[in-house]
Amino acid sequence: MFNDLGRMGKYLGQAARMLVGMPDYDTYVAHMRERHPDQAPMTYEAFFRERQEARYGGGKGRPIRCC
Amino acid sequence: MNHNNSLLRHLPWAVLAIVGACALGVVALRRGEVINALWIVVAAVALYLVAYRYYSLFIANRVMQLDPARATPAVLNNDGLDYVPTNKHILFGHHFAAIAGAGPLVGPVLAAQMGYLPGTLWLIAGVVLAGAVQDFMVLFISTRRNGRSLGELVREEMGQVPGTIALFGAFLIMIIILAVLALIVVKALAASPWGMFTVLATIPIAMLMGVYMRYIRPGRIGEISVVGLVLLLGSIWLGGQVAASPEWAPAFTFTGTQITWMLIGYGAVASVLPVWLLLAPRDYLSTFLKIGTIIALAIGILIVMPDLKMPALTQFVDGSGPVWKGGLFPFLFITIACGAVSGFHALISSGTTPKLLANEAHARYIGYGGMLMESFVAIMAMVAASVIEPGVYFAMNSPPAVVGTDVQAVASTISSWGFAISPEVLESTARDIGETTLLARAGGAPTLAVGIAQILHSVLPGENTMAFWYHFAILFEALFILTAVDAGTRAGRFMLQDLLGNFVPALKRTDSWGANLVGTLGCVALWGWLLYQGVVDPLGGINTLWPLFGISNQMLAGIALMLGTVVLIKMKRQRYAWVTIVPAAWLLVCTTTAGLIKLFDPNPAVGFVALARKYSDALAAGQILAPAKDAEQMQHVIFNAWTNSALTVLFLLVVLSVLFYSIKVGRAALREPARTDRETPFQPIPAA
Repeated sequence: MFNDLGRMGKYLGQAARMLVGMPDYDTYVAHMRERHPDQAPMTYEAFFRERQEARYGGGKGRPIRCC
Repeated sequence: MNHNNSLLRHLPWAVLAIVGACALGVVALRRGEVINALWIVVAAVALYLVAYRYYSLFIANRVMQLDPARATPAVLNNDGLDYVPTNKHILFGHHFAAIAGAGPLVGPVLAAQMGYLPGTLWLIAGVVLAGAVQDFMVLFISTRRNGRSLGELVREEMGQVPGTIALFGAFLIMIIILAVLALIVVKALAASPWGMFTVLATIPIAMLMGVYMRYIRPGRIGEISVVGLVLLLGSIWLGGQVAASPEWAPAFTFTGTQITWMLIGYGAVASVLPVWLLLAPRDYLSTFLKIGTIIALAIGILIVMPDLKMPALTQFVDGSGPVWKGGLFPFLFITIACGAVSGFHALISSGTTPKLLANEAHARYIGYGGMLMESFVAIMAMVAASVIEPGVYFAMNSPPAVVGTDVQAVASTISSWGFAISPEVLESTARDIGETTLLARAGGAPTLAVGIAQILHSVLPGENTMAFWYHFAILFEALFILTAVDAGTRAGRFMLQDLLGNFVPALKRTDSWGANLVGTLGCVALWGWLLYQGVVDPLGGINTLWPLFGISNQMLAGIALMLGTVVLIKMKRQRYAWVTIVPAAWLLVCTTTAGLIKLFDPNPAVGFVALARKYSDALAAGQILAPAKDAEQMQHVIFNAWTNSALTVLFLLVVLSVLFYSIKVGRAALREPARTDRETPFQPIPAA
C-alpha cells in the first residue's frame, strides 16, 4: 500500500510539474541511459535550467499560453 | 446476440443524453421562475460527455482515421526534453493549463447582458461543433507533421503567401489580446489600493521564488510554490490592511492612466529580464492558482447550488445593451469567443502538445476533451456572472456615459431598465468587497470576482470574507494576465522580428541586441498604444476593444478550420470535410458580418466609421459631444474610431485572402487523383 502511495505521489508530482511544462527528469535520465549511454546526462539542476529557458526564452514566436 | 450487446452498450449514453436534454429544456423553457445554477451545469456536462463519446469518436475513426499503431513525433524523436511520450492524463493537464486563460472567464461575463440563455446555448453548441473540432483537428494535423506550428502548416499545405498572411494575422491578434488583457487589469485596479497592493506584491514574491529555484535549492518547484502561495494569500490580507489605512491607501491608489503607463513600462522591462527571475516563477504561481481556483469554483457551485438571478433573456438581445452594442447575431458569438471557439488554441495545439503525444489515439482525449473542459470553465463563469444581482452586474459593467457617475443616478437608471436596485445596495456591496466603488468596473474580471467571492465565501469558513475572496479572484486573474502580457510580448517580439525580417533581414537576428530592442519596443509600443487609447477613450475601451478581440480570435479559428478542410480534401477524405467546413463557414459568416457592421453601421454606437464621422462633423462645427468633455477627448474618439476601422479592414483582408487560397488549393486537390497532403510517412511504433 505504501508502494501504491509512493507511486501515486510520484505521478501527482509529475502531473504538477508538467502543468508548468517541466518534463520528468527520471524519464530523461532513463532515455539517456538507454539511447545515449556514451553521453553523461545533465544533472537535475542543469536539466531544470535548460527546460526553463526552452519553455520561456525559446524565441520561436510560440506563446506558452492562451488568452 | 452481439447486436443486443451493442444496443445495451449505448443505453447509459442514451439516458445521459435524455438527462442533458431535459436539463437544457429546464434552462431554456422555464420563464418567470428562478432557476438553479445546477441545471446549467448538468445540461452542459451531460451534453459534453455524449458529444465526446459519439462525435469525437466519429471524427477520430472516420474523418481522421487515427492510427494507434502509427509512431508519433514524441516516439520518433524522443530526446527526453522537447519530444517525450507523456502519460495522457498528465498531458491533458499540461494542454489544459496552456489553453485556459482569461478569455473563457471574461467572454461569458460580458455576454450575460443578454441573459444567461443565449450564451449558455452557444457555449455548449459552439464547443461541440466548432471549438473542440478545431483544437482536435490542428493537433492531429500537427502531430502527423512532426509537431509543426500553425504558420508552417499553412505555408506547407496552402503556400508561401497564405502562410505569411496567417502569420501576420496571428501577430495582429497577439497585439489586440495583449491590449485587451491589459485593459482588463487597468479596469480592475484603478482606484483600488487593495488590488494594486496585492498585484504589486506578486513581483517580489515571484522574484524570491525565482532566486530560490535558481541558486538556493535549484529546480525545487514544489516547495517554493507552496511558500509562494502562502505569501500570496498573506499579501491579500496585508492589502486589506493597506486599503484600510489612511496613510498607506493613497500610496497605492492610482488612476487608469497611471496604471497604463506602469503596465507599459512593466511589459518592456519584464520581457527582457531573464526568464528564471520573474516570468517562470510567476507562471508557476499563476498556473497552480488557476487550476486550484477552477476546481474550488466547481466544488463551490455544486455545494452552494446558487439560484440564477439574471433573467434567461433580457431586453438587450435587441442590441441596445449598455455593456456592449450590437445584436445577438453576430455579436453574441463574437463576445463569447474563447469558451466556445478560440483560434488561439490552434497555436497551442501546434506547439508543445503534439511533441508530447505518446499515441496518436490520445489526440481525441487531449484535443477534443481539453476544449470541452475549457468550455466548462466558461459555463462556470456564466454561472458566476448570473448569480449576482442583475442591478449590480449592470452597475459594474455599464460605461458612466450611459448610466451616470454617482450611485443615485446609476441606481435609478438601472432600475428604470427593470433591474431594481437601490443606491444603498450598490454602496453596501462595494463595502462588502472592500472597495470604495463598484461603478464602471467593466471588463469582466471584477464582475466575475464578485460572483466567485459570493460562491466561495458561502462555502469556506470565516466571517466577512467576501472582501478577501473578491481580491483573491482579482489577483488570480491579474496574475495570469500579467504572465500573458510578459510571455506575449516576448512571443510577439519574435513574430515581429520574423515579419520585419522579410524586408530588413538584419532584424531577424535574435542574437543581436539592436534587433531585439527594435522587436521588443515595437511590440510594446503597439499594444501599449492600443491600451492607452482604450483607457482614455471616454466611451470606455472594453466597448470597442473586446469586439475587436473577439472578431480577430474567431477569424484565427476560421483560418485553422480552413486549413483543416484543405488538409482533409488533400487527404482525399472530402466526403467528411463538412466536419470542418460547417464551423468554418459559420465563423466566417459571423466574423465578416460583425466586421462589416462594425465598419459601416450607420448607428455611431455600433459603426466605427459613423462614429468617426459624427465626432468629426461636430468638431468641425465647434461642438463638444458627450461623453467627451473637450476637443482633445473628441480627438481621442475620432482617432480610435479610425484605428479600429483600419484594424477591422486588415482582419477582413486576412481572412478573405486565406479563404481565397483555401478554395484555390482545395479545388486543385479535388482534381488530383491521389493524395497530395504533406503528411510525414507512416512509421510503426517500434517494438519496445
